[in-house]
Amino acid sequence: MKIIVPVKRVVDYNVKVRVKSDGTGVETAGVKMSMNPFDEIAVEEAVRLKEKGVATEIVAVSLGVAACQETIRTALAMGADRGILVETDVDLQPLAVAKLLKAIVAKEDPKLVILGKQAIDDDMNATGQMLAALLGWPQGTFASKVVIEGDALTVTREVDGGLETLAMTLPAIITTDLRLNEPRYASLPNIMKARKKPIETVKPADLGVDPAPRLTVVSVAEPPKRQAGQKVGSVAELVQKLRTEAKVI
Amino acid sequence: MDFELSAEQAQIREEVLRLCARFDETYWLERDRDGAFPEDFYAAMAEGNWLGIAMPEEYGGAGLGVTEAAIMMQAVAESGACMSGASAIHINIFGLNPVVVHGTEEQKRRMLPPLIAGRDKACFGVTEPNAGLNTTEIAVRAEKRGDRYVVNGQKIWTSTAQEATKILLLARTTPKDQVKKKTGGLTLFYTDLDRSRAEVRRIPKMGRHAVDSNMVFFEDMEIPEENRIGAEGEGFRAILHGLNPERVLIAAEAIGIGRAALARAARYARERVVFGRPIGQNQGIQHPLARNWAELEAANLMTFKAAALYDAGKECGAEANAAKYLAAEAGFHSCEQAVMTHGGMGYAKEYHVERYFRESMIPRIAPVSPQLILSYLAERVLDLPKSY
Ligand SMILES: Cc1cc2nc3c(=O)[nH]c(=O)nc-3n(C[C@H](O)[C@H](O)[C@H](O)COP(=O)(O)OP(=O)(O)OC[C@H]3O[C@@H](n4cnc5c(N)ncnc54)[C@H](O)[C@@H]3O)c2cc1C
Repeated sequence: MKIIVPVKRVVDYNVKVRVKSDGTGVETAGVKMSMNPFDEIAVEEAVRLKEKGVATEIVAVSLGVAACQETIRTALAMGADRGILVETDVDLQPLAVAKLLKAIVAKEDPKLVILGKQAIDDDMNATGQMLAALLGWPQGTFASKVVIEGDALTVTREVDGGLETLAMTLPAIITTDLRLNEPRYASLPNIMKARKKPIETVKPADLGVDPAPRLTVVSVAEPPKRQAGQKVGSVAELVQKLRTEAKVI
Repeated sequence: MDFELSAEQAQIREEVLRLCARFDETYWLERDRDGAFPEDFYAAMAEGNWLGIAMPEEYGGAGLGVTEAAIMMQAVAESGACMSGASAIHINIFGLNPVVVHGTEEQKRRMLPPLIAGRDKACFGVTEPNAGLNTTEIAVRAEKRGDRYVVNGQKIWTSTAQEATKILLLARTTPKDQVKKKTGGLTLFYTDLDRSRAEVRRIPKMGRHAVDSNMVFFEDMEIPEENRIGAEGEGFRAILHGLNPERVLIAAEAIGIGRAALARAARYARERVVFGRPIGQNQGIQHPLARNWAELEAANLMTFKAAALYDAGKECGAEANAAKYLAAEAGFHSCEQAVMTHGGMGYAKEYHVERYFRESMIPRIAPVSPQLILSYLAERVLDLPKSY
């Protein structure tokens, strides 16, 4: 069984992002970029399925600028077998990514696509669902546990108030939640082996997809600065302030 | 000239930083407090096969260069592990280079894999109380008796000897008054640290409490002949090979500490508000930090130049020594400034920079002092009369 794992290059989660001075987005020049953490979980899950003998091949796919190669290399170092880079300078939105992935699925014929539930840069939480709809495949989103037996896939999801378990048949889409697994660290030998694994580069046009954005970003702004709080000396003072200043009681 | 890390080198840095992030500031603060060797950090580095980064592939290493090893050690120090982390694994990285260069095939097969895998721990016994930086004065005696050597005498500062199962030992096999050349008469061994014949006494010291340094007293410790590295009397030459790479690694580590301190100082300077403004808005606070950055990055260039020369098989003595000197001073200045930038909090353990500051003294002193480096540069580069 072949698994496709899309991996997105995003601003590293440790970086304090800054809004560009013209308000068109956040500054990415000279900023540390890494693999989207939910995608790391997706890669890890695929590698574990391969280690269990459920999967036979893992293809990591990244879509975007040439530097996304490095994100693919990270996936290869974790255990993916080969990579595909869909190279474009166009700012990709979820629908474009889903269409491009659909075209890749048509070419590669995987039984499973594991995606992160969302990317930490735009928090869209849409690509996996859109891909499932375009392919007409079942989807298990926000997975916290995945079990595969033959063609039967069981996905556990953490929902308000408990666990929900879905059963579906492969081929299917899974999107990962934080608690699905803890991604491994790449060992030095695996980093070196990853350098020798193949990465194929294709363009959106090769896949017959127009990736042009459909949504326009109107503006990006910093959240308002939080006002400093006040210290009160006594409960009586607090009650008085809540009554006269905050007017909440 | 290319000042960029290759994609693979960048990935090495990233992965090491990621691994080290598991061992956070509290972990190292605790190790500094309880003085316990960072076993789990050591095991994690071994498990990722990082310890063999610069060792040959045939023996389980990765066969990469000193450049990659320096990138890795810098990332370890920069993660906040500082010398507590770097010194815990330092000897595994390049310490057995004399075995790689001078060892027999049998010795390499026997000695390298366990150290690369982290099953063995080793220490390095060169420094002696009565020889100091003048290594040719080494007095620890290894006397040949049949098929073994018998060792007597004292080493000092032997780091990790509390933990080590092995010792790389430089000892005298020919008395000083019988050698033709000053550097002759010394022999290198890599052997079991036999605790029934070697007493290891921990030295209470300023910092890096997690990684011990010791006095080691040998009393008739036996070394089988097959643990001699290279020919008898060739020990000084054997360790010479590893000195430049070691300078490069120490330099990279010192820069790592300096960067860690500078990052903390800059963050504190941005956040701490006094007189109604962040303290970092004052040039009296900004400028020293900016200077620290400039010093660190300049030293870094020299460090990686030396590494590149070494990896290209070229002479790098001047560059490696200069890098060690510049980096150690820059790292120290950065740590000192980080303490000062934190004001009173800089003196509190909770803010970590006081630990960095204490550890940043080590790359200045060991394995060679700034004075000796300058004397070397004066002699070798400037052609001035030898002063030592
Ligand atoms: C934390 C720590 C860990 C260490 N770990 C190890 C280890 O694992 N193995 C090991 O073998 N050693 C180790 N060392 C020892 C270290 O390498 C030595 O301390 C160092 O080489 C200096 O030698 P010394 O202490 O004998 O100084 P000395 O030789 O006594 O020198 C004292 C001072 O005099 C100066 N000086 C001496 N001669 C001259 C001269 N001709 N011109 C100008 N100045 C001069 C020196 O520069 C120095 O400032 C460690 C040291 C420390 C602090």
